[in-house]
Amino acid sequence: MKSLIWLPFLPLLGTLIPLITSRLSRTACAFLTAVLPALTLFLVLSHTEAIFHGERFFASIPWVPAIGLQLAFRLDGLALLFSILILGIGLLVILYARYYLSAKDSIGKFYAYLILFMFAMLGVVLSDNLIQLWFFWELTSISSFLLISFWGDKSEARKGARMALTVTGAGGLALLAGLILLGHTVGSYSLQTVLNSGDMIKASSAYPIILVLVLLGAFTKSAQFPFHFWLPNAMAAPTPVSAYLHSATMVKAGIFLMARFYPALADTDLWFMLVSLTGLATFLTGAYIALFQHDLKGLLAYSTISHLGLMTLLLGMGTDLAAVAALFHVINHAIFKASLFMAAGIIDHESGSRDMRQLNGLWKFMPYTATLAMVASASMAGVPLMNGFLSKEMFFTETLHQASLGSLSWMVPVLATLGGIFSVAYSMRFIHDVFFNGNPINLPKTPHEPPRYMRVPVEILVALCLLVGIFPSVMVGNLLYAAASATLNGSVPSYSLAIWHGVNFPLLMSIIAMCGGLIVYANRQHLFKFQAQFPTSDPKLVFESVIQSINQRASQFIALTENGSLQRYAFLTLLLAVVMTTIPLMRLNATAGLRPEIPVDALSITAAVLLCLSGLATVIWHRRRLLSLLTLSVVGLIVSLAFAKFSAPDLALTQLSVEVVTVILLILALFFLPQKTPKESSPRRVVRDLSLAAFVGGTVGTICYALMTRPLDTISTFFTENSKTGGGGTNVVNVILVDFRGFDTLGEITVLGIAALGIYKLIARMRLYMPSGDYQGRPWAEDKHPILLAVISQSLLPLALLVSAYIFLRGHNLPGGGFIAGLITSVAIIQQYVAHGVEWVKTRIKLDYQIMIGSGIAIATLSGLGSWLFNRPFLTTWFDYFSLPLIGKFELASAMVFDLGVYLTVVGATMLILANLGKLTTSERPTQQEHE
Amino acid sequence: MEGIYAFSVGLLTACGVFLTLRGRSFSVVVGLTLLSYAVNLFLFASGRLKLNAAAVLGRSEQYSDPLPQALVLTAIVIGFAMTAFVVILAMRARADLGNDHVDGQVPKPKTPILQKGNTSHKTGGGQ
Repeated sequence: MKSLIWLPFLPLLGTLIPLITSRLSRTACAFLTAVLPALTLFLVLSHTEAIFHGERFFASIPWVPAIGLQLAFRLDGLALLFSILILGIGLLVILYARYYLSAKDSIGKFYAYLILFMFAMLGVVLSDNLIQLWFFWELTSISSFLLISFWGDKSEARKGARMALTVTGAGGLALLAGLILLGHTVGSYSLQTVLNSGDMIKASSAYPIILVLVLLGAFTKSAQFPFHFWLPNAMAAPTPVSAYLHSATMVKAGIFLMARFYPALADTDLWFMLVSLTGLATFLTGAYIALFQHDLKGLLAYSTISHLGLMTLLLGMGTDLAAVAALFHVINHAIFKASLFMAAGIIDHESGSRDMRQLNGLWKFMPYTATLAMVASASMAGVPLMNGFLSKEMFFTETLHQASLGSLSWMVPVLATLGGIFSVAYSMRFIHDVFFNGNPINLPKTPHEPPRYMRVPVEILVALCLLVGIFPSVMVGNLLYAAASATLNGSVPSYSLAIWHGVNFPLLMSIIAMCGGLIVYANRQHLFKFQAQFPTSDPKLVFESVIQSINQRASQFIALTENGSLQRYAFLTLLLAVVMTTIPLMRLNATAGLRPEIPVDALSITAAVLLCLSGLATVIWHRRRLLSLLTLSVVGLIVSLAFAKFSAPDLALTQLSVEVVTVILLILALFFLPQKTPKESSPRRVVRDLSLAAFVGGTVGTICYALMTRPLDTISTFFTENSKTGGGGTNVVNVILVDFRGFDTLGEITVLGIAALGIYKLIARMRLYMPSGDYQGRPWAEDKHPILLAVISQSLLPLALLVSAYIFLRGHNLPGGGFIAGLITSVAIIQQYVAHGVEWVKTRIKLDYQIMIGSGIAIATLSGLGSWLFNRPFLTTWFDYFSLPLIGKFELASAMVFDLGVYLTVVGATMLILANLGKLTTSERPTQQEHE
Repeated sequence: MEGIYAFSVGLLTACGVFLTLRGRSFSVVVGLTLLSYAVNLFLFASGRLKLNAAAVLGRSEQYSDPLPQALVLTAIVIGFAMTAFVVILAMRARADLGNDHVDGQVPKPKTPILQKGNTSHKTGGGQ
């Protein structure tokens, strides 16, 4: 079933299409955009027959199997139901948006966001892996942020988008925590496994935490009380977005989540209390507030909140029939609410206002649209023959059949009827206040019917309202059964989708709701007056002030801890590091281990004393910079001698040549920096720093000693054993570099190249004061390039290059190699710069160091890629022995090509740094070249 | 021998840390260089000290551990690149900010007497 993998990804591909085709006409763009979602819908529908027969489809691609991550999709009844809603309504919205957006809106961008959202949403409903589900969940938040802020020049759009993202994003984080905990409890992130281990989850001690966290995610997304405030503010989005995201799909994601995890999490007292009471509160609050909205979209937004509450309440009741009713209402609500939003959008589009105080008597101007809106509105109110009636009837039935509140259970049907009354009242207001009730007041435009095709989506949806309302089992019977069977994990109770169940209690409740709603609406003036007594608070302002106070606290805290002093940060970091290391060190019983020490000899003592003295001298004279540099180089020299002494000839050679370039570099830098450091540390600070330094040094020395006196269980025997036979070289260090760990070396020379290029960019355009004399005011020597130095260095160049070639060639078998040879070559070239100046060298050595770095890395990479030609892993080496007359037997190894890459990179990088830094002192400054 | 070695590493670390905590960029660069010597010696020592045992096959009876050596070799070269980067950054900072303090600005000396600060505030308006 690999085609399943394509289902969500076809829309992802589809996000590109509107961006590419936005230059074509709007119609063409809309049409092409619709192709891939339509294809996806077709693919989904091709599975329906099998799913109705009880099949489920799974497809997965392993990703990181070790930690249970895989790209896993499933298509069962619930996913099918939501996929059809997402894709079907999505297609209608694409058509609708084509007419809704004005010419100045970028339709390509809009469609791209919309399809991105569609992709995310499909991903949520089709996921069979917890983490993957969460990923798509957050993607819906982000894409909805982009859609809400589509008109980003409006402040309310930005604020609304930010609020939606904050609330749903925070909920998403809670969900992530919940899902991780869930996966941890079950031992698998596979959704199917989780759904099958419901009893185990409910019995585990983590269940309450998991439930609360998962529900936080669902409630924030589905705008449940008290997180409902973001949804009305998201109405700043273009109306197609509201119709799609905030009625039919995104807000349903929370409902979907609860339905999806129904077998795993539901059916406990805690579930009932949390879900059903939240749902009930949301249902009532939303219905009540909706009546008082003057904005058409505001009314619909609160009505959406109310209906979401209804679905949540149903899911919370815990009975199987209630879950069926909830799913049925998901379908019905999506159909009528999408059509209502579209109708509201048409009214806004064609009359220029959404304020119901201005909109009156539109029946005369747009009778056709009015009829459609009235039918949808009647469905929202729950009038018989409409789909809304059926699910509302099921809802009333279920409120009567639950007994979880004990003796207070009678309250649920009463409150449900109360909510029903307000639903009827606000639906009535939508019909009467907009299409009748006198004449329009101060409308910016004269209202008229919309373009023909803008109405088509509404017509389709309204037709569905009626069809589902009249022939429920024919239209959605199978789909609902499949979805319910997926939600309930198999056992679907018997229910009947009929319009007429005889005269019974639910019908009575419906009649009470109808009559009550009409009475409430007729007396709305009193209610409006009553409501006007309350101080109005704008959730946007409250939210913004909360966010800003959090920001303020954060900046106060930052000001407290971060004062911008690097010295303080370094001090604290080191202090923490040393404290962290001291604790385990104190647990170590003896400093010295069992390994016998090497006996001390006089030469080593002398070297060590010299090392310590020059180290101390560097510190003591650190304010006299040139002097401290000289003592520093003594330290470096002795370090390289130490390497030589302790059997590391490669290191000694490297250290020695690096020492030369480092000192040249620092002297060049010193030319542009102050020659002396002012005395500015307070005595207290000096003591503080000295103590910390001594502390760090003592710790490091102790660890070093403890380490060295303990026996070593090394992994290096592998390298020494295989160096000759596997890598073809006797110098194990070099073979490790170019062969065993060649990939590391490749990374390292890349870093080297990047650092050099970064330095080059820093040097360019640098404007520095160039001192005309030394720190005592003496002018620089007239004779910049003494003839003696010039002659000697010139004759040394071929010798040095020869040495470097020798070191390079023998590297595989004896101390040497690309790194060292590269450094020696660099030193040889630098010497020419020093002796002759930039001008002289420029005319003679024509090397582009940047190209050298690039070709070095390229050669190294290609030599690694070459092994692919022989079906070997990256960087596998090859070697063989040949013999030629005169030269004798010699070895050729592909590792030498790699080493050549290393060599070129090292030369290029070193020279790019030093030559350009040196050029700063001359008229060849890169700064001037760039400006000329 | 190990004791002397460890002492030297510790001392170099201490010197490096002290200089790293100074306020001027050049001292910090010198401090970092000292610190990198110490770090390289430290890493190298994790393969234990051995005399006359270069890891070249066939040249000695026993071999020193080649792995830390290979690590340190690249560390030395990268260390050079990083030193260069930092020192050029320091130069650039001086060029763009006009001073070589690590914070980008020379901290104002704390006025020990409050009165003095007040008067300078009053008269300093024109400056």
